[in-house]
Amino acid sequence: MIRYGMVIDTQLCIGCGDCVVACKTENKLPAGLNRDWVVEATRGRYPDLTTEFRSERCNHCSHATCVHTCPTGASHLWKDTNIVLVDPGKCTGCKACIAACPYDARLIMTPDGYIDKCTFCHHRVEKGLDPACVSSCPTHCMHFGILDEPNSAVSRLLASRQQKVLLEETGNQPNVYYLI
Amino acid sequence: MLEELLVTVRDNPKIDPSLGVWSWEIPVYLFMGGMTAGIMFFASLMVLLAREEEFPFVARKLPIWAPIALSVGMLFLFLDLSHKLYVWRFYTAFEPSSPMSWGSWILLLVYPVSILLAACTLRQGYPWLGRLVDRFAIGTAVLDFSCKHRSAVAQWGLVLAVFLGFYTGILLSAFSARPFWNTGFLAPLFLVSGMSAAAALVLLGTRNEHERHTFTRIDIVLITVKLALIALLLVNLATGSGVQIEASQMVFGGEFAIPFWVFFIIPGLMLPLILEYWELKGRRRAWMFISPVLALYGGYMLRHLTVDLGQTSSYLNYVNAFDPALLDLLR
Repeated sequence: MIRYGMVIDTQLCIGCGDCVVACKTENKLPAGLNRDWVVEATRGRYPDLTTEFRSERCNHCSHATCVHTCPTGASHLWKDTNIVLVDPGKCTGCKACIAACPYDARLIMTPDGYIDKCTFCHHRVEKGLDPACVSSCPTHCMHFGILDEPNSAVSRLLASRQQKVLLEETGNQPNVYYLI
Repeated sequence: MLEELLVTVRDNPKIDPSLGVWSWEIPVYLFMGGMTAGIMFFASLMVLLAREEEFPFVARKLPIWAPIALSVGMLFLFLDLSHKLYVWRFYTAFEPSSPMSWGSWILLLVYPVSILLAACTLRQGYPWLGRLVDRFAIGTAVLDFSCKHRSAVAQWGLVLAVFLGFYTGILLSAFSARPFWNTGFLAPLFLVSGMSAAAALVLLGTRNEHERHTFTRIDIVLITVKLALIALLLVNLATGSGVQIEASQMVFGGEFAIPFWVFFIIPGLMLPLILEYWELKGRRRAWMFISPVLALYGGYMLRHLTVDLGQTSSYLNYVNAFDPALLDLLR
């Protein structure tokens, strides 16, 4: 399996939200729906505070509980990768995958009713391009690539910097990393 | 201190600001599914133990309510689907890792067995319905077939009842992302609750004193086991990981404390338990009608609160300051 991942440098992210706008534009999402979002995490006690911005989305987990829980196979892995997609033609809208995702990264497409989510812009990845959010980032804090290739930009970044993933304790093995 | 604030808009319907994808339809489905399991369990048991004369309501009148309750439950499950035209997709795949997929196929087995279990009782239990079915050759064939294979149908009924009862709990407990649900106690709790709901139906319907007395005793045991399982579930959560402790605290002082204790534990479990105990002691006969109604209410509230609590409990604790009403003011 080819394991795609995203590496986001929280030291460079300024929380501008361009990734969110780029995603909505690229994927023509209806008003009010979002596949990605930005979190401002403030830690400490005044005046000793630290802040980090995190651009978040589906983690395209290696152990994707949303895929496992789908009763119809609508939630599936794209080709031989970890990219999790939903086939609207198989989705009943039972919403089990939404309940199964600890990141609340899925949404109900309106007005159709099938379940939608971040696709890592697989239609761009197929052409050798980065996902729209990565391409649009003005501070170049977002990186995309194959995690198991030692010479890929994402692997080199992960080898050189301290990092974390979100909610590692859920056992979902997320593939979006944050450099800290 | 850690404060995590959403700085871009997240307003995905039924997901933000907190998860609420399953409303009252799923609790109704789980309640009806559990009740179906309970009805099939008792009806099958009476056939297998050859106690049909002793328990006439359970043996002859109760079984028809299994396919009816299941149909109502499945109707509400269908109503909950947000992509309804694709409902048939449940039956074009079997996903072994998905409890919901197991459930879909189990229901497909439960349906004919519950109908066969009821069919043999129609001529005696509901003579007018039996005569109506007997007007059609295929109806007579089904009734005769179900009576001829009564024992085999009851064996299947007993096994499927336990599967169905457990399934209604496992469906929720398999979601590791929702700390309140992620406990093994939900499966036995929902099975016992389904049996209690069926026992309550018997108490409402029977006119046989021996049957009423026995099922009052059975329901007292079932409600007591329910209380014990709920206590164990809360102990399990309260001694678990950080997110599970947070989830358990929702019923000990959070927003769910009053619904849980005042609208569920007391009227749905404690009161019917006390009333049924008094009834056994020969007191307060006028209450006979109320205790099973309260037990049924408790069965539904268990599902409703469990579904709500599970959706509210989360690994995430993001502050979502987005207010769509403010946006409307700008327009």
